[in-house]
Amino acid sequence: MINIVINNKPFEIDNAGNMTIMEAARRKGIHIPYLCDKPFLKPVGACRICLVEIEGNPKLLPACSTPVSNGMVIHTHSERVISVRRAVIELLLIRHPLKCFSCYSNGKCELQDVAYELGIESSPFTEEGDECDKFELDNNNPFYERDLNKCILCGRCIRVCHEKAQIHAIDFQYRGISAAVQPARSLEESCVFCGQCVQVCPVGALSERASKGRGRPWELSTVKTTCSYCGVGCALEIKVNIKTRVIANVVTNPGSRITQNKGRSCVKGRFAWQFIESPDRVKKPLIRGKNGILEEASWEEAYKYIADSMNVIKEENGPDSIGFFSSARCTNEENYLLQKFARQVIGTNNIDHCAHL
Amino acid sequence: MYRVLICNGTGCQSGGAVSTTETIRKEIEKLSLSDKVAVVPTGCHGMCEMGPIVVIYPEGWFYCRVSAEDAVTIVKEHIAGGKPAEHLMFREPNGKTVHTYKELPFYNRQKRIALRNCGQINPDNIDEYIANKGYEALTKALTQMTPESIIEVVKKSELRGRGGGGFPTGLKWSFCAKTLGLKKYVICNADEGDPGAFMDRSILEGDPHSIIEGMAIGAYAMGADEAYVYCRAEYPLAIKRLRTAITQAEKHGFTGNKILGTNFCFHIHIKEGAGAFVCGEETALMASIEGARGMPRPRPPFPAVSGLWGKPTNINNVETWANIPQIIINGPEWYASMGTEESKGTKVFALTGKVKHTGLVEVPMGIPIREIIMDIGGGILNDKKFKAVQIGGPSGGCLPEEYLDTPVSYEDLTKLGAIMGSGGLVVMDEDNCMVDVAKFFLEFTQRESCGKCVPCREGTKKMLDILTRICDGEGKPNDIEKLIYIGENVKNASLCGLGQTAPNPVLTTIKYFRKEYEEHIFNKKCPAGNCHALLSITITEACKGCGKCKKVCPVNAISGNIKEVHIIDDSTCVKCGACLDSCPFRAIRKM
Repeated sequence: MINIVINNKPFEIDNAGNMTIMEAARRKGIHIPYLCDKPFLKPVGACRICLVEIEGNPKLLPACSTPVSNGMVIHTHSERVISVRRAVIELLLIRHPLKCFSCYSNGKCELQDVAYELGIESSPFTEEGDECDKFELDNNNPFYERDLNKCILCGRCIRVCHEKAQIHAIDFQYRGISAAVQPARSLEESCVFCGQCVQVCPVGALSERASKGRGRPWELSTVKTTCSYCGVGCALEIKVNIKTRVIANVVTNPGSRITQNKGRSCVKGRFAWQFIESPDRVKKPLIRGKNGILEEASWEEAYKYIADSMNVIKEENGPDSIGFFSSARCTNEENYLLQKFARQVIGTNNIDHCAHL
Repeated sequence: MYRVLICNGTGCQSGGAVSTTETIRKEIEKLSLSDKVAVVPTGCHGMCEMGPIVVIYPEGWFYCRVSAEDAVTIVKEHIAGGKPAEHLMFREPNGKTVHTYKELPFYNRQKRIALRNCGQINPDNIDEYIANKGYEALTKALTQMTPESIIEVVKKSELRGRGGGGFPTGLKWSFCAKTLGLKKYVICNADEGDPGAFMDRSILEGDPHSIIEGMAIGAYAMGADEAYVYCRAEYPLAIKRLRTAITQAEKHGFTGNKILGTNFCFHIHIKEGAGAFVCGEETALMASIEGARGMPRPRPPFPAVSGLWGKPTNINNVETWANIPQIIINGPEWYASMGTEESKGTKVFALTGKVKHTGLVEVPMGIPIREIIMDIGGGILNDKKFKAVQIGGPSGGCLPEEYLDTPVSYEDLTKLGAIMGSGGLVVMDEDNCMVDVAKFFLEFTQRESCGKCVPCREGTKKMLDILTRICDGEGKPNDIEKLIYIGENVKNASLCGLGQTAPNPVLTTIKYFRKEYEEHIFNKKCPAGNCHALLSITITEACKGCGKCKKVCPVNAISGNIKEVHIIDDSTCVKCGACLDSCPFRAIRKM
């Protein structure tokens, strides 16, 4: 246990280890604004918003990457800290487009939050020629759009791609004012479109195409579910518009320690949810009637129909006249049960698996 | 027996030293003097502007700007004839001929420790280094000293990092030594990116073994067994000579396994940089060695705890490493006897700009800047008026005349808003516009910013924008305040040394030359007559109508009949100044 002082209040921190100032403050309910940090990614200290003052150190240090130590006296909102923080946001806003009304991220934009917190509406340094329309909108893939004019180069997308997805599809290119997040050649060649970068983007530089107009961040409720695409069983959080009851998008919980995917997802889990709204979707059991037309039935009726039919076929033609075909969408356990059912209950070895999605 | 030293540093080679060397060799062979004369191509002497330089021992006769033709004369008259060719020697501005190396004020006020062998030995021959007490320090360290006592010696010498930060070297070593780890690295930072600075290159080219020896001693003291020299690829000669030196050291058993019969093993690699200035920052440098994009990361963890590939690492600059063997041989007291209270030893400066003698000079810490510029450098070029000196490379500060007597030391320079940096000294005279100077250095740092942290990326760009428009005559009334506000915040908020020092040229020029900024902004005038957009060139009544200016004008902006006063059309004029130089009657004025 160590003792530290934050904003003139003493705190005891248990199991400090390599804990950062940010983490300690978070644990004690003290808010330090930040843009490039994300608890589940390695800190890089790039945005300089979380700079704090530590007594005895002439330099301001980033809370996200500086470890706490015993006896540390920290000021998170001193006059000096606030003035530097203000200046950083003022500089960051020089080239950031302020068309917030039409921005996908309006309401969940972290830059907006920090600017609001500091009472900054726009940069006093923006002048004619400070272009924020240098990049063309990149909407070449069906899943997400990249508007690099809004990008603040926090590097979260790069880190999540390297550390979590481990695809290494994007990195910084060029230097200084020309620096931009880009794929080595083209996104289509390197990206697997898992969409984790879109979720961590603090601004509106990355946005989901299918979600446009489907709801503002504050209009959405969360429905926790398990992805039905395959047997892995990723935990997903479906965002549903509370006004229209339509799905806006699908996100994951990267901070989760209990879920199997720990915030990861594949292109289908994240982006291919539109089938839910398909008119062709079968929602109830159907039994083909005598005249060849499918008619709605209850689950009891359906199961009875299947069981009866199987028994008749088995008696008339023997168990090998029946074959079973299982699916990769099922879990291992479900597949095991089906082969058990085929071999033990029906008595046939005619069991196969699609082995592809 | 003559010993002919011919400088073959990059500076002298570009001045023709290769053919000078060849000619001297051939001529000596022709006159069958080979057994009486040793021809030694050496590293840099420092006075590159006067290159190629030839020094003939035992007396130390000093020849400068020696072309292949001059070489023939020197061999015939001096070596064969025994009569020094005085007309090829260095002439001081007052007409006095300087005969020997020691007479030269450029050299006799210097104290050469890091540069001790540069220009004196053949860097491609390990025997010459050994003959000059080379590898004696390593032998002493390995056989008579414990790692702890070596660190104690370096601490006592009070040597501070010569790369610019000025962190006490011994303390840094003790951090790395304290960290537990089976694998540790030492790194030599030879990514010398400051425009105009070339001390590291000179040492690598002129005395590569001193770096190897220094690093081996450091590695032994800290428990490392592997080293990297991160050298910029723009220094091909330095890399070549270092490579030769490493091979030779390995053959002689000064690197490799079981060095000098002890259990100490030490392997050294060269990593060529890819041209990014920011890779001179230690964490970016390590990222670059690892093959990642050269971007700094926040410290802690410091390299001494988690450095190259996560292992404890110590990084020192070329000049720092070159000092180590001398400290071990001569003892820490000897080193600490030089310099000021807080800055000990000597420092190499790259003296450039408007001084009579430019080049590399190594002086004891604490000598006044005035002495370096006026005595060693010989004063201002063309006897113009001194205006400012920019110290510490592109992110150093500009100091005006009133601070010329400041002693060069880490503390004194920092107090004034400048930095020691790598030791660049750019001298400026009355013709230099300070706004333009600030713009020049910011152009560099802005271009070299890696783009990772917001203040450096956005702030340097905005400051450059403002400076550019001031120079273009479009300055706005509150621009100075804006520059100070952005500059201070970029200094305080940036992630690495690049951003933390980049505003220095702007802030110091505003501090010491605010009037000049105000002239630009409010009166739309450049007092130094440097900013093109603010210049107007006019022809006065003194014009005799000779027409010379009309002929040299590249854009035909001058009109007028012969024997009548000519006129310049301001809208066409590109302010090149060609007419100014061409007028025999000094009738053209720059305003």
